[in-house]
Amino acid sequence: MRRDLVLNVRGLCKRFGGLQALQEVGMSIERGQIYGLIGPNGAGKTTFFNVVTGLVRPDTGTFELDGRAYEPTSVHRVAAAGIARTFQNIRLFADMTALENVMVGRHVRTHCGALASVLRTSAVRAEEEQIRQRSHDLLRYVGIDRLGHLQARTLSYGDQRRLEIARALATDPKLLALDEPAAGMNATEKIELRRLLERIRTDGITILLIEHDVKLIMGLCDQVTVLDEGRIIKEGSPAQVQHDPAVIEAYLGRAHASA
Amino acid sequence: MGSSLDTFFQQVFNGLVLGSLYALIALGYTMVYGIVNLINFAHGDVLMVGALTAFSAITLTQALAPGIPGWALMLMGMLAAIPVCVLLSLLIERVAYRPLRNAPRLAPLITAIGVSILLQTLAMLIWGRNYLTFPQLLSSEPIAIGPATATVTKLLVIVLSAIIMVALLLLVQYTRLGRAMRATAENARVAALMGVNPNGVIAATFAIGAALAAIAGVMYASLYSVAHFYMGFIPGLKAFTAAVLGGIGNIPGAMLGGVLLGLIEALGAGYIDQISNGVFGSNYQDVFAFIVLCAVLILRPSGLLGERVADRS
Amino acid sequence: MSSAPRSTEEHRRAALRATALLALVLLVLPLAAQWLGPAWVRTLAFAALYVMLALGLNIVVGFAGLLDLGYIAFYAVGAYTYALLASPHLTENFPSISQAFPGGLHVPIWASIPLGAAIAAGFGVLLGAPVLKLRGDYLAIVTLGFGEIVRIFLNNLNEPINLTNGPQGITLIDPVRIGQLRFDHTISVLGLQLTSLQLYYYLFTALAVLCVLVCVRLQNSRIGRAWMAIREDEIAAKAMGINVRNIKLLAFGLGATFGGVSGSMFAAFQGFVSPESFSLMESVIVLSMIVLGGLGHIPGVILGAVMLSVFPEFLRYSVGPLQTQLFGRTVVDTEVLRMLLYGVALVVIMLYRPKGLWPAPQHGVAPRSTPPSAARSQADA
Repeated sequence: MRRDLVLNVRGLCKRFGGLQALQEVGMSIERGQIYGLIGPNGAGKTTFFNVVTGLVRPDTGTFELDGRAYEPTSVHRVAAAGIARTFQNIRLFADMTALENVMVGRHVRTHCGALASVLRTSAVRAEEEQIRQRSHDLLRYVGIDRLGHLQARTLSYGDQRRLEIARALATDPKLLALDEPAAGMNATEKIELRRLLERIRTDGITILLIEHDVKLIMGLCDQVTVLDEGRIIKEGSPAQVQHDPAVIEAYLGRAHASA
Repeated sequence: MGSSLDTFFQQVFNGLVLGSLYALIALGYTMVYGIVNLINFAHGDVLMVGALTAFSAITLTQALAPGIPGWALMLMGMLAAIPVCVLLSLLIERVAYRPLRNAPRLAPLITAIGVSILLQTLAMLIWGRNYLTFPQLLSSEPIAIGPATATVTKLLVIVLSAIIMVALLLLVQYTRLGRAMRATAENARVAALMGVNPNGVIAATFAIGAALAAIAGVMYASLYSVAHFYMGFIPGLKAFTAAVLGGIGNIPGAMLGGVLLGLIEALGAGYIDQISNGVFGSNYQDVFAFIVLCAVLILRPSGLLGERVADRS
Repeated sequence: MSSAPRSTEEHRRAALRATALLALVLLVLPLAAQWLGPAWVRTLAFAALYVMLALGLNIVVGFAGLLDLGYIAFYAVGAYTYALLASPHLTENFPSISQAFPGGLHVPIWASIPLGAAIAAGFGVLLGAPVLKLRGDYLAIVTLGFGEIVRIFLNNLNEPINLTNGPQGITLIDPVRIGQLRFDHTISVLGLQLTSLQLYYYLFTALAVLCVLVCVRLQNSRIGRAWMAIREDEIAAKAMGINVRNIKLLAFGLGATFGGVSGSMFAAFQGFVSPESFSLMESVIVLSMIVLGGLGHIPGVILGAVMLSVFPEFLRYSVGPLQTQLFGRTVVDTEVLRMLLYGVALVVIMLYRPKGLWPAPQHGVAPRSTPPSAARSQADA
């Protein structure tokens, strides 16, 4: 059975000096899935993200995006190929407005250069209008269109997370990789986030999610991979993973706190 | 062939002299960068203030008490220069750098440039814009060291620098202050939790660097018999190159980098002069240091012995 | 919710009025200044030149966040290119060239300016390519070193072939010529007798206005946003698909181009170039202009450039004579005062007003009156 895989990673290993951060990690994400990556702190989840998106070079591993092999060596090329990410610590362009942040996201799918911009050709004006319109639509999509003209740094924490998602969506990704999007959110905000992610999935974008909130993961994800100390200890549906003794031990047996 | 070997030794000796000076100055850059992640752009100008202060002290003493021997004058010059430079450096750190410790990276650098200009202006106001002749304090009789010719001043540079560097290594390795410096350089927050006063340690670092710069300034002025308001720029830049060459933040690295840069410069300038038949002569000497700088930063930015920079997480 | 935006029509009319007023002032200024003395017109002309330089450096430092301390090298390249193409130097020192150009080398400005700009841009790309990946402070030092290298070469390339005439520099550079009109003479325009200085002022101001236009369009473009993104957070910018290296190179090259054009104009204006004019201090001066005015904010940059080019001249004409009156002689050389001014500007601004005298207006503060989730459910409804 040929699966329609958006992301296919095999045999990923990464060592940092004396620490084996990732050991033989693989992941197969089918199109239209919401895929969860969980594990105790320090398990290597963000490192996995960093490798897949090209921020960190792996020691070994094969990578396929949408059936095509890629070398995760150049962050901007990975983004152009179709993986967009958010960051655990929210990396917005703080002094730019929310709208401008999303407009930057459109950069990779647009192409007017310096000369054209200086001459303000009709092509440039049309493209700028498109960028502005699309960015505004994305702000509305995530629910912060009233805040478009405000500096990103002045937005509330939850709104900043939404903005980061809007900006990532602006790159028209095939895979949306979210690093702890629910961190610091209250229960209401988490419900809204869940609705947003489901809407994104319905609109055809595959999602990879690092999260600590077990309830959110279990309610949202189709498949889950559990990472502990760089190794996969369980892969499967949320139900399977939830009751797996190894998983429980990894979280509770060594008294790791979850968010 | 004998004479070209002689030339080689002479260049090596010259390189060691230059390199010792660069090492002394580089230590100031590297220690400060290691502890506060700042290129102290004004460090070269502190050297200049030291040289000019010594100049004034020496010429004044010579006028008042003409019989005093040269070595005593030089010692007195250094003793005058050191406290001035130390106080100046502490003032600069307190007023211009400390408030910007958490500012975005470029802000302290821009301020440092401003401070550098202010120091030059200050020097121009006090000592004028002309080149001042630094008095010849030690005998200029040539001394043969193997095939190379040296003078007392040149030997003094090498010996004094070596002594100072050893003393600094001992201080950093075995004293309480040295341990505090190393700890703050690695992780200031944790060091503070262990009872280290980061402001005090940082001030001490600047002070030590300034003292070294003062001594280097006096020796530099003695070597070249000249002192003026702009004299700190080129040695400062070269010493920074040396610090990066050895690995910024790395104290043995600065020493190694300084000596190495001195050798590269002396040998390089000498041989390029020969190879190009005088086309690219000693007036291109400064370019060597810049080329080394660019090469190191582009090809091996962590330097020869590796960086030791503060953890900013 | 923040205040409702003024209608675009109101905005447009206000902007038009302001522009018209400004244009009037700029046109009349040299005529008024001439009354005070030709030295003032010269100051205004230099102010326009510095505005161009400052705008160019602003692209590199203000827009893209790259600290370039060797910016003056591009100015030098532009100046020397123009000098070589429009002076007797090459024909006097290279018989082959004097044979090829028996009437002398007098490349017209419509060729020499673009050439100067292109060569400067080429230097920019050449320098930028290996160094733009360096972190901020290292980049600053490397660019500083590069600026010095250029100056040293300009100072020494009089042997074995005399390319730059060493420390003596190149003289007898052609003035700007438009058609038959040479800018080193007084020309009659619309009944007015415009002196050479005034003509240069108008030319430089026109060029400066062009530069402003280019900068404004770039700032509000896809490229301008990319620069700002890189300045804010390089990693996030990469993650959004921005080819950071190329975009940085673009900033560097464009900044160099501005420098090259200004340099050519400087050479034509002054009639003479020498390595002295292109020292580190000049780079620092331009930097202090944009830092003082407001890094990244075009009106602020212009303000800083005008302030720091006019004020020292003002000092020279007031403090100089004042000192002679008070002390009988010049206690403090105005050159020293000038340097002092730049140093103080840098330090004081960084400590007390790091965004400059006229920073970009902050976009509004988020309303705190309604709790975030309530505001959002209003928006979703």
